[in-house]
Amino acid sequence: MSIAEFSTDLVWGAATVLAVSLIAFAMDLAQVSARRAEASRAEEQSDAAPAAESADSAGASVSSAVEGGTPSGGSTATVTATDEAPQRRRAAGIGVSTAWLGTILLGVAIAARGVAAGRAPWANMYEFTLVGAFVALVVFLGVNVRRDIRWLGAFVTGIAILFIAVAQVNFFVPADGLQPALQSYWLVIHVGVAIIASGIFTVAFLMSVLQLLRDSRDEGSAILNRRGWGWLELTPTPTRLEGLSFRLNAVGFVLWTFTVIAGAIWAEHAWGRYWGWDPKEVWSFVVWVVYAAYLHARTTRGWSGRRAAYFVLVGYACVIFNFTGVNLIFNGKHSYSGM
Amino acid sequence: MARTPYRPEGIDDAFSTGESSSARPDGSSPAPAARPTAPAIGVRGMLRWMWRQLTSMRVALLLLMLLAVAAVPGSVLPQTSQDAAAVAAYLVDHPTTGPWLEAAGFFDVYSSVWFSAIYLLLFVSLVGCILPRTAAHWRALRGRPPRTPRRFARFPAQATGTSSAAPEAVADAAVLHLRGRRRVLPIFRVERGEEPATANRPATATVAAERGYLRESGNLLFHLALLGLLVSVATGQMLHYRGQAILVEERGFANSVVDYDTFENGALFDPTSLEAFTMTLDRFESEFDAVGTPRDFTAYVTVTEPGGEPTSETIKVNHPLDAGDAKIYLQGNGYAPDVTVRDADGEVAFAGPVPFIPEDQVYTSRGVIKVPDVSPGLEQIGFVGYLLPTAVMEDGGARSVYPQPGNPQLVLDVYTGDLGLDEGVPQNVYSLDTDDMTPSTEEDGTPTTIVLGVGDTVDLPDGGSITFEDLPRYVALDLRHDPALGFILTFSLLALGGLAVSLFTPRRRVWLRTWAEDGRTVVEVAGLARHDDAGLQGQVDDLLADLPGIGAGDDDTSSDDTTSDDTTTNGEADGPAPRKADR
Ligand code: HEM
Repeated sequence: MSIAEFSTDLVWGAATVLAVSLIAFAMDLAQVSARRAEASRAEEQSDAAPAAESADSAGASVSSAVEGGTPSGGSTATVTATDEAPQRRRAAGIGVSTAWLGTILLGVAIAARGVAAGRAPWANMYEFTLVGAFVALVVFLGVNVRRDIRWLGAFVTGIAILFIAVAQVNFFVPADGLQPALQSYWLVIHVGVAIIASGIFTVAFLMSVLQLLRDSRDEGSAILNRRGWGWLELTPTPTRLEGLSFRLNAVGFVLWTFTVIAGAIWAEHAWGRYWGWDPKEVWSFVVWVVYAAYLHARTTRGWSGRRAAYFVLVGYACVIFNFTGVNLIFNGKHSYSGM
Repeated sequence: MARTPYRPEGIDDAFSTGESSSARPDGSSPAPAARPTAPAIGVRGMLRWMWRQLTSMRVALLLLMLLAVAAVPGSVLPQTSQDAAAVAAYLVDHPTTGPWLEAAGFFDVYSSVWFSAIYLLLFVSLVGCILPRTAAHWRALRGRPPRTPRRFARFPAQATGTSSAAPEAVADAAVLHLRGRRRVLPIFRVERGEEPATANRPATATVAAERGYLRESGNLLFHLALLGLLVSVATGQMLHYRGQAILVEERGFANSVVDYDTFENGALFDPTSLEAFTMTLDRFESEFDAVGTPRDFTAYVTVTEPGGEPTSETIKVNHPLDAGDAKIYLQGNGYAPDVTVRDADGEVAFAGPVPFIPEDQVYTSRGVIKVPDVSPGLEQIGFVGYLLPTAVMEDGGARSVYPQPGNPQLVLDVYTGDLGLDEGVPQNVYSLDTDDMTPSTEEDGTPTTIVLGVGDTVDLPDGGSITFEDLPRYVALDLRHDPALGFILTFSLLALGGLAVSLFTPRRRVWLRTWAEDGRTVVEVAGLARHDDAGLQGQVDDLLADLPGIGAGDDDTSSDDTTSDDTTTNGEADGPAPRKADR
């Protein structure tokens, strides 16, 4: 088996392990929300111990107070703080460790691909998609080391599996050398940073989606208060989700700015002009402007919160289109897809 | 959630201090957003109103979104500046909508009136918004940290403790801790204060500190750098030139307008000021892998600067060459079959290399040979057809299988008649106008197709002959001069730096109050951050822990604040988050 084949097989292996992780995270969400439903039913039946009191006794007063943006906020915090014996989130623990394993496997597969091709492993759509999934996973696991964001696990592993599958099925090209236009250290810098920014935008996007869902549920949306959506209680409040999403988007935006600048420098070297409104350049610009608008929206009264999250959705849609649509539909200079 | 106060309001830089947590009715403009309802505001009032609107964040936001939307059509529709032929084809295919789109500038989006209007308005808005902020920031930089608030209870980060040291010593230590070791660039700007005794508290020592001025500095730098970027790009447009030249192996080029195939320059560039270097293409080398994917292109050239010695240089993709005041880029390459055409009188009517344009991966190249200078009385000759670098003959015809010249063949159709060159209309050298020409045919009436290998000579049906002498290569070069590049790069990097600083510098205020009570020293610390700030509570706790004589028996506030994940994000609540539910 050649190194290139080894890499391809290992990618499937990583996807399998991530699927296990996804199932574990999903089970965790289901279990916790089921327990919650149970607890609140029990609570309704016995009015003996008011929620707020038990919260205080567990030292959860701060969390319930700060997060208490919801009518049920206080009691929610109570359940988290008092009811959750650690061993009862065993599924989430399995999710985290399998996510690590899958991420490492994917990393090895990517490295092997680089060895097989004899260059940085992100020169075509196939490789870009794999590395993007890898970055999203690393961002998730990295943040999770410092603060518990296991509620996001199912979504990040899910989107990573989706990326990997699309890469393997639709974007695959054999590992190979580079055409002259790509033979430059700018490939490592410009494309490398672009993937990191995209991976970060991906995780931030997931947070903004959850923010919107959670917010609608808290506002009493009929659909989102049906059974089956109880897991949303596991996510932080919309305010906190917005804050988390913002912090990632801020990092992503700075990296994207760098990507665009580096792209312009490279274009100056390779194509003889720093900016020519090639479709890829147009859409990178659109992405940049939408995220800039997002940052401005956050600071403008009436546009913050929910509306800011819509900007993230639009921005991320542009990121995805810039990658897929522009590469596959338009015929520009950026035809590095290898397809 | 739009109602939760976790956002500071727009441009207002002073973060609210609890007493006035909703000072701004509308955060969208540096001046309190005027919403004039009065009808009689007059022309000046009207102008002022418009200016306020234009410089408001909300309008900036709308303009930004408009800019994003306006940029999109340029990626969907063909653009004249990139592909004029595609625009022409589009106009032919869409006879009804095409002309409308053209009139509305959709084939030149990025120089269209509407696109320019959006970004110019945006920049006007930016200037109107940045100048007052720069002034305000300048004042803030020389101001003092905000005074210590009376009550700490409502601040998002707090800590309390007791110390065995005297209040004065505690306050002094706090000043040192906050200021940091360096005198020049202190972490916090700090001010010591004193408060006289009140009815329910003895006299206290206070410390007020603020950090993060760089955040606003970075933000202003970012916006000003964008402005600089726009100005440099515009300047570059005025002063630049760009030309394309095709250079066949062993041929020379002199840097003057006549030697270019195409040349354009900015309004302020004087074409006679071109530096007159000369250049010869000695050799062009290309490498392909087994399936014909390009791996390397190198042009070996000799450059002679005016008054200098000839020097040998190489030009590669990604490695442009500096010559004169221009950079020379390798943009394309191909084959230029060297042919000799004799007319029916046996005179040489044409001789020389003719660049053919590669149309696919294997360099199947299309070209036109025009032979106007035939002997008097004879008809002009035109050839149109293909060069196949590695031709294989199949029953249907010939095709190329590899980009390198393994078995080069010229496959040409022949026309005779009037090439139409004398009509004074500039012609595309790569297309043959056959309106006034007739295709040569064999005796049986089928059109003649000539197939030639290198060295072959074939007689033409109407007399004369064509010889395929040799197969030199050519390179397509772009020569470009833009004196603004350095500025453009500098401003881009300044913008990037300013952006990073403005997004990642925490803005924090920390206050400390300490007094003697019951034989011990009580210390209270409070922190407030603008923007999301995960580290605020940590900052407050570190300060407390670093004070002299801090004993156990702390109030429990500080300890459960540090361990609870939730409080670390308290900074999201920008005003002092009330400790009860947000709404
Ligand atoms: C060329 C158009 C513009 C672009 C690309 C742009 C981009 C940005 C970016 C990326 C930020 C993020 C930094 C941060 O959030 O701290 C920012 C912040 C900011 N921009 Fe702009 N901007 C533009 C025009 C404007 C205009 C016209 C105004 C004023 C009306 C403005 C006012 C602000 C303000 C006040 C902030 C700081 C927000 C805060 O307090 O965090 N910008 N801008």
